[in-house]
Amino acid sequence: MKLELRGITKTFGALVANDHIDLTVEAGEIHALLGENGAGKSTLMNVLYGLYQADAGEIVLDGVVQKFAGPGDAMNAGIGMVHQHFMLIPVFTVAENVMLGHEETNVLGRLNLGAARKKVKEISDRFGFHIDPDALIEDLPVGVQQRVEIIKALSREARVLVFDEPTAVLTPQETDELMAIMRQLKEAGTSIVFITHKLREVREVADRITVIRRGKVVGEASPTATNTELASLMVGRAVELTVHKDEPKLGHEALVVRDLCVIDARHQLVVNHVSFEVQAGEVLVIAGVQGNGQTELIEALMGLQPRVTGTIELNGTSLRGLSVRKILDAGVGFVPEDRTEDGLVAAFTVAENLMLDRSTGAPFVKAGTLQRGFLADFAREKVTEFDIRTQGIDSLAGQLSGGNQQKVVLARELSRELHLLVATQPTRGLDVGSIEFVHKRIIATRDAGIPVIVVSTELDEVVGLADRIAVMYRGGIVGIVPGTTPRSVLGLMMTGEPAPGTEAVA
Amino acid sequence: MSTITQTVQPSQGQPALSTVVLRSWKAAIALSIFAVLGLLIFVLLGVDTQGQVSTFRLSQSRDLIQLPDLVLPTFVTAVVSSILLFAMAAWSIWITTHSRKVPLWLVVVFAVVFMIGFLTWAAAGSTIPVPGLFVGTITLSVPLIFGALGGVISERSGVVNVAIEGQLLAGAFSSAVVASITGNPYLGLVAAAIAGVLVSFVLAAFSIKYLVDQVIVGVVLNVLVIGLTSFFFSQLLSPNAAALNTPERFPRINIPLLSEIPILGPALFRQTFIVYFMYVAVAVIYFGLFHTKWGLRLRSVGEHPKAADTVGINVNGTRFWNVSLAGAIVGFGGAYFTLGSVGAFNKEMTAGLGFIALAAVIFGRWDPLKATLAALLFGFASNLQNVLSIIGSPVPSEFMLMLPYVVTIFAVAGLVGRSRPPAADGKPYIK
Amino acid sequence: MSDSTRPPAEPAGAVAAPADHPDAPRGQDAGSERWSQAMRDIVGGSAAISVLAVFLALVVGAILIALTDEPVQKASGYLFARPGDMFAAVWDSVSGAYSALFQGSIYNFRRPGFAAGIRPLTETLTFATPLIAAGLGVGLAFRVGMFNIGGRGQMLIAAASAGWVAFAVDLPAGIHLIVAVLAGLVGGALWGGIVGLLKARTGAHEVIVTIMLNFVALYLVSYLLRTPGLLQEPGSSNPQTPPMKPTAVFPDLLGPTYNLHAGFLTVVAATVFVWWLLSRSNLGFQFRAVGENPNAARVAGINVQSVYVSAMLISGGLVGLAGINQVLGTVTTGFGAGIDANIGFDAITVALLGRSRPWGIFFAGVLFGAFKAGGFSMQAAEGVPIDIVLVVQSLIVLFIAAPPLVRAIFRLPTPGTKPRSRPTVVKKEVTAG
Repeated sequence: MKLELRGITKTFGALVANDHIDLTVEAGEIHALLGENGAGKSTLMNVLYGLYQADAGEIVLDGVVQKFAGPGDAMNAGIGMVHQHFMLIPVFTVAENVMLGHEETNVLGRLNLGAARKKVKEISDRFGFHIDPDALIEDLPVGVQQRVEIIKALSREARVLVFDEPTAVLTPQETDELMAIMRQLKEAGTSIVFITHKLREVREVADRITVIRRGKVVGEASPTATNTELASLMVGRAVELTVHKDEPKLGHEALVVRDLCVIDARHQLVVNHVSFEVQAGEVLVIAGVQGNGQTELIEALMGLQPRVTGTIELNGTSLRGLSVRKILDAGVGFVPEDRTEDGLVAAFTVAENLMLDRSTGAPFVKAGTLQRGFLADFAREKVTEFDIRTQGIDSLAGQLSGGNQQKVVLARELSRELHLLVATQPTRGLDVGSIEFVHKRIIATRDAGIPVIVVSTELDEVVGLADRIAVMYRGGIVGIVPGTTPRSVLGLMMTGEPAPGTEAVA
Repeated sequence: MSTITQTVQPSQGQPALSTVVLRSWKAAIALSIFAVLGLLIFVLLGVDTQGQVSTFRLSQSRDLIQLPDLVLPTFVTAVVSSILLFAMAAWSIWITTHSRKVPLWLVVVFAVVFMIGFLTWAAAGSTIPVPGLFVGTITLSVPLIFGALGGVISERSGVVNVAIEGQLLAGAFSSAVVASITGNPYLGLVAAAIAGVLVSFVLAAFSIKYLVDQVIVGVVLNVLVIGLTSFFFSQLLSPNAAALNTPERFPRINIPLLSEIPILGPALFRQTFIVYFMYVAVAVIYFGLFHTKWGLRLRSVGEHPKAADTVGINVNGTRFWNVSLAGAIVGFGGAYFTLGSVGAFNKEMTAGLGFIALAAVIFGRWDPLKATLAALLFGFASNLQNVLSIIGSPVPSEFMLMLPYVVTIFAVAGLVGRSRPPAADGKPYIK
Repeated sequence: MSDSTRPPAEPAGAVAAPADHPDAPRGQDAGSERWSQAMRDIVGGSAAISVLAVFLALVVGAILIALTDEPVQKASGYLFARPGDMFAAVWDSVSGAYSALFQGSIYNFRRPGFAAGIRPLTETLTFATPLIAAGLGVGLAFRVGMFNIGGRGQMLIAAASAGWVAFAVDLPAGIHLIVAVLAGLVGGALWGGIVGLLKARTGAHEVIVTIMLNFVALYLVSYLLRTPGLLQEPGSSNPQTPPMKPTAVFPDLLGPTYNLHAGFLTVVAATVFVWWLLSRSNLGFQFRAVGENPNAARVAGINVQSVYVSAMLISGGLVGLAGINQVLGTVTTGFGAGIDANIGFDAITVALLGRSRPWGIFFAGVLFGAFKAGGFSMQAAEGVPIDIVLVVQSLIVLFIAAPPLVRAIFRLPTPGTKPRSRPTVVKKEVTAG
């Protein structure tokens, strides 16, 4: 089926998310939609899928103009979507999820689960998936959940299939398998829109590439274009994909982690006997595909996980079992993964957020009373120093852009006396300018002789920042390798295979 | 409370992470405490009951099948049940040390034995009419069950329903007025459902359209309904009681054969239309919720509204109509006050039962059958208090009345087991 | 997947409504800011909405009064013959009721002289006293993201504790009063603290626990009241306490002709205290951080559990102050289990109307106190049941909670910016998804 989007425009208040976007996807083509975070890719696809109504423009399928009042219409017209955040109900079974919205029923309106199971089996056999139709979604690994999403779309005879950032949660191996599935679908005549910001994947699988930036189509490219070409098209200027840094001046072993285990609420060992150490003046990057225990490992370091065994020592003092307060007081700076949820209070002012983790004592609190004058001076100073673009220190943090929010978090953490900096996904969702700023600050911290741990799932960031790289897979550390390790080796390690000749890790 | 014992490696090729077995001592500790409590009350406090007997009357005079009274020697029964309780508590400790879960049936058996011991002790030297105990339980449970069913439907669709109290009261009021004017209790029942739906409309409109916090709307709606019904009661109903507040009540219908089942027959099958209607409602809602398209969609919007939206389900529409349906069901429960048990409307006559129904929803873990059982348990506790105060129980009646509430606190505090509400319960859906 | 391993998201509870935040610039001058803050709460920002909400609710009340009024019903029988009669009857019933409401709550023109004429206003303040105290407690809990529906229980326990000290203990005047008040505060605080403790330790939802504890407290106090040697008056078989000893009673503020007592001053002090706590103290900073975003607060080293406990202790103590005022100020001749007079629930509407800001709650409490005082005189003078006050109060809160509805009714333009509570709601949804 041939899909055409003509002049799609969608605005949210003053923000123009899509500005007269034209896009043509031929039948049986894999068409990559490339753009930075916030470029308007997801908005465009939500318009296509009927979740948003476009302010102007039209959607044409095989020459027929479509009117979608909701996702139901889009699905009936043959459009399917594999969402970035899976649209599956965790407490339902695979079959129930697949049948939801177009249920078949027997007498008395009883659900025909048998038919749904058969459908799941049939599609899953066609693509060589091995999926139990009666498994609960919440018990399935993410890679399998994604396949359920694909089955869900195909069970409605989708002939245009949209994949929204499908590889974010996959291992390189699973990514390869997904690419194979895409090609198989293409053979069967399905048109595929592949949304991503990962250049390598685009070049591997796409037939054509459309690049959008700030809501506009800025150009088409062929899969033979180089990474640098694609990146500068995507960002709008020449981009340095590397981070400038000098050789590390290594100091003593500051942080020593031995035999660390974290057990989650479902009694799973999400961090499995992990040991590593970080020296003063180096950046240790913890790499790996999302969901392999990195989040829990960091939460254990920060005192945010309830069930932790093993030892964590910072400069000889044990941190395990201490409260978050005590760990912060021990000189650990923390940039959390989800800044809007864990890093900031959106309804607090910039100034209030700058003292958020120092609300118990001097200098911001004396005798139980806030030192408002001191806070205001401090906040003004930091706004200047970190170039936080805000109307004033009394603006609400929730009204800042993502980059400026992250600067508030960094300013707060870096203005304490630190003995360790932990930054998780420090540039996720930021524009390129902010990314450069954050990277520079992290390297500056390292050069000041402070040990730094960065958690990242983006290979570019991993390679750019790391002095050493620890790769995590299924709760364990596969190996700790030098920052110069080739990407191919790192990719292999992310699937759980130890790199040849690396130090053995329990 | 928990200790790590061993790790279990997943078998080859299985996708799950390795898991760790954690021992939970909660159940064992709770059982031990109650065993000690049982010893203290039945045996130590009951030393002076030696030689007395406790009588359980198993049949009513008009029953076809007459069972003889069950006469138990008070002290001996107390000692035996206490021994049994300690045995079960000890076993639960043994089970826990071997890293297994204490089975639910053990907890249930424990509760039954505890109840037998308690009743025997409380009835020392007197008689407990067992069929009467059950009849009263049903009577007190009917509005709770309707309320809990409405609560389950509403919350499963993602809208917290604190307005059950208001819906019950509105149902009671309108059924009294309509049944009085028309002289037809069935029309009264319809009116009750409509009144419940109207309250639901406000709840749905404010929480779904205007995104006002659902708990707040519920609380305020209760005040509004109390105010409105009390106002109309004072202004209209009490001056014209004969015309407006003397509803025709449902006649009692004895179901042949079933109503003659010993002990339970009179409670379950010598009832009015509205009670039989309730049995059907429980069954239909259970079947509907878990085995039909309606139920699947209802649960999907309560668990993950966005996912439901992406497969073409109208989330807010689904919520709106199901909250309305819930209002109708709760309204039936309100009608039971005026058309079944009491026979006339009175100010604030629901007396907080809506909140107990809400507790039953949570205690029953958002499942229609379990919520019904929880409502029956609460009804039983209230009625037990009535019965014990008649025979002169040694426990102050206030403490019996407290029981359902204390049990609920324990339930939500997780001592009975973690309850997981629908994931999107109470959260408005905004695209 | 990673979601399942994260700490459970905060139950939505009552977070949405109190989440709106003053965006006004924070002045450096503390004194003037306090009052400008108070004025903003009442007249600023959504002032129009608040006034219109009160107006709308009064209109609905008027319709109800007119509909159920007998002369109006008679006149409607011959509406088409003499429509004037109908309108006259409606006017009579509504204006009669509302002027009685006004004269019962603010100024009575039928009394000679200012001293007698202003008496209703002092009555209003007397009724407002416990409403403000309990409203502060509920509002404080709102700011921490918790919904305290346990006002009844906390009031009853506080009243029982303060009352027992007041009638059963002999102490010198002054000290007796202070000890009785402290006993009540401790009682209310502990009853509220249970809720905070259960929430912190087990995650039990405070809405359910507070509702349940209301009933537990009711039966507990009922038992105490009917048991000789505990709270029951010796020699009586009524479930009621003996009168409070004069040494433990709040003194009259304006002499014996007025009911207004010194409890009002404790409530003014409580308002100042809550204002200081929330906007000047570091404990209040932590309270607000937890209320707005418990996850970020936890990551920032704030002990969310202990915040829940201390917030509920303070909230329970403030609600308890309402119970104390009831037994040591308003009803000093001995009390029964109905001493809470539904104030615990009215306080929720007061806190909502006051938008959980201390001075907003203060004035909302005065408004609802006026409704109560006026409602009684309306019932006495015009025979309009006082229950209409409940209807008007709940409608006010409903209308204020939904500004778009009020704007739609009056066809007001939608302001350019969305209501501030919106983004919070959206955020919660994102968390859920």
